[in-house]
Amino acid sequence: MSIFEYNGSALIAMVGKNCFAIASDRRLGVQLQTVATDFKRINQVHDRLFIGLSGLATDAQTLYQRLMFRHKLYQLREERDMKPETFASLVSAILYEKRFGPYFCQPVIAGLSDEDRPFICTMDSIGAKELAKDFVVAGTASESLYGACEAMFKPDMEAEELFEIVSQALLSSVDRDCLSGWGGHVFVVTPTEVKERILKGRMD
Amino acid sequence: MKLDTSGLESAAPLVGASSGFLDGFADAPSFEVPTTNDFDGFQKEAIQMVKPAKGTTTLAFIFKDGVMVAADSRASMGGYISSQSVKKIIEINPYMLGTMAGGAADCQFWHRNLGIKVCRLHELANKRRISVTGASKLLANILYSYRGMGLSVGTMIAGWDETGPGLYYVDSEGGRLKGMRFSVGSGSPYAYGVLDDGYRYDMSVEEAAELARRAIYHATFRDGASGGVASVYHVGPNGWKKLSGDDVGELHYHYYPVVEGAVEQEMVEVAAA
Repeated sequence: MSIFEYNGSALIAMVGKNCFAIASDRRLGVQLQTVATDFKRINQVHDRLFIGLSGLATDAQTLYQRLMFRHKLYQLREERDMKPETFASLVSAILYEKRFGPYFCQPVIAGLSDEDRPFICTMDSIGAKELAKDFVVAGTASESLYGACEAMFKPDMEAEELFEIVSQALLSSVDRDCLSGWGGHVFVVTPTEVKERILKGRMD
Repeated sequence: MKLDTSGLESAAPLVGASSGFLDGFADAPSFEVPTTNDFDGFQKEAIQMVKPAKGTTTLAFIFKDGVMVAADSRASMGGYISSQSVKKIIEINPYMLGTMAGGAADCQFWHRNLGIKVCRLHELANKRRISVTGASKLLANILYSYRGMGLSVGTMIAGWDETGPGLYYVDSEGGRLKGMRFSVGSGSPYAYGVLDDGYRYDMSVEEAAELARRAIYHATFRDGASGGVASVYHVGPNGWKKLSGDDVGELHYHYYPVVEGAVEQEMVEVAAA
């Protein structure tokens, strides 16, 4: 079994009209054994920028701490928040530093720019950026997520509809994956507010 | 005085060796062996091709009113859930049940084989139903004859015969154990935890059914490869009866309703030393 599948995860980010949603499952397992069902994979970097880290949980946490450290240094020096594009480049650079012994994580980055333009992107464990206009997925349920998103995505959704679509895509996908699920965690970000919701899901 | 030794012969003694139409009917069917120089290597490859769906939780236990049998319903291939509605409790005959863990095809085939050939034929030949002891031993002997050839079966044979309730564990390594309480599959450690804690011999049928259901539920919660529906069967003096089949997705919120204000785990910064 791949080290990327050791803990199990499912991540998804989707773009709407001047908004975006980022969602994950809540399981932390050790292979097939479920250890926790309230695990957090999505982290808020600043008011309107989020990063979800799929893959090995220990590396996800370490990577998150390093990224927050670098972001705080940036805030102190520049006296402003990072743009999503800049943050994605930072993540990419930090991942490539470990080209021959990588963090076993596949990040998903989602943010709103100063002009309220949504930005989503994913990358592999050594920092190859992959920008997308509609949605990005990652984790052990990624195949199912691609299928669900491909079928359910519509352009220019409002925040409430976006929440519904992302939640349904996440829940139906993790029901086809042994290693992720046990509830969901969704953030919907609009120019004015951040809505965080916990989803009830199948607990098997 | 003449002794009747017909009981010592193998199954179906009433059918003469020359009677053609039932020749070899009661024997374990034999399969062709591939012609290859590297038989072991061929088998290794073949086993990989029909990689068995391993994730399962099944359990069975004897109590004062008979045997309780329960199982989940998930089939998985690696991390992918290929079905949430598999029938893992196989109805061998109206008085006997078999459970399925390991290879689905192997379990289904050999249980059906046991039901229609071995047990039915025993009834016709001896005018009485086969005992659980006998049936499980015949299955174990068949599986033993294929030992090392890649069969994957972990099963419990539960039923009611002239001696009362019977329960045996049989596997493809040739093992056969008699017992009061078994659980088989990747979720079995979790099921055993609940089962061992809640088991009493003098339970009522309702109590026993709830214990079995709860044991399966807890296994599906902890084990990624178990899930779907928790089915519970009871075997009593009048044969088996299906008592319940609950979707685990709903069962969880039945056992543990959502309470507001649950403590959330957060990634907190480590305080400066």
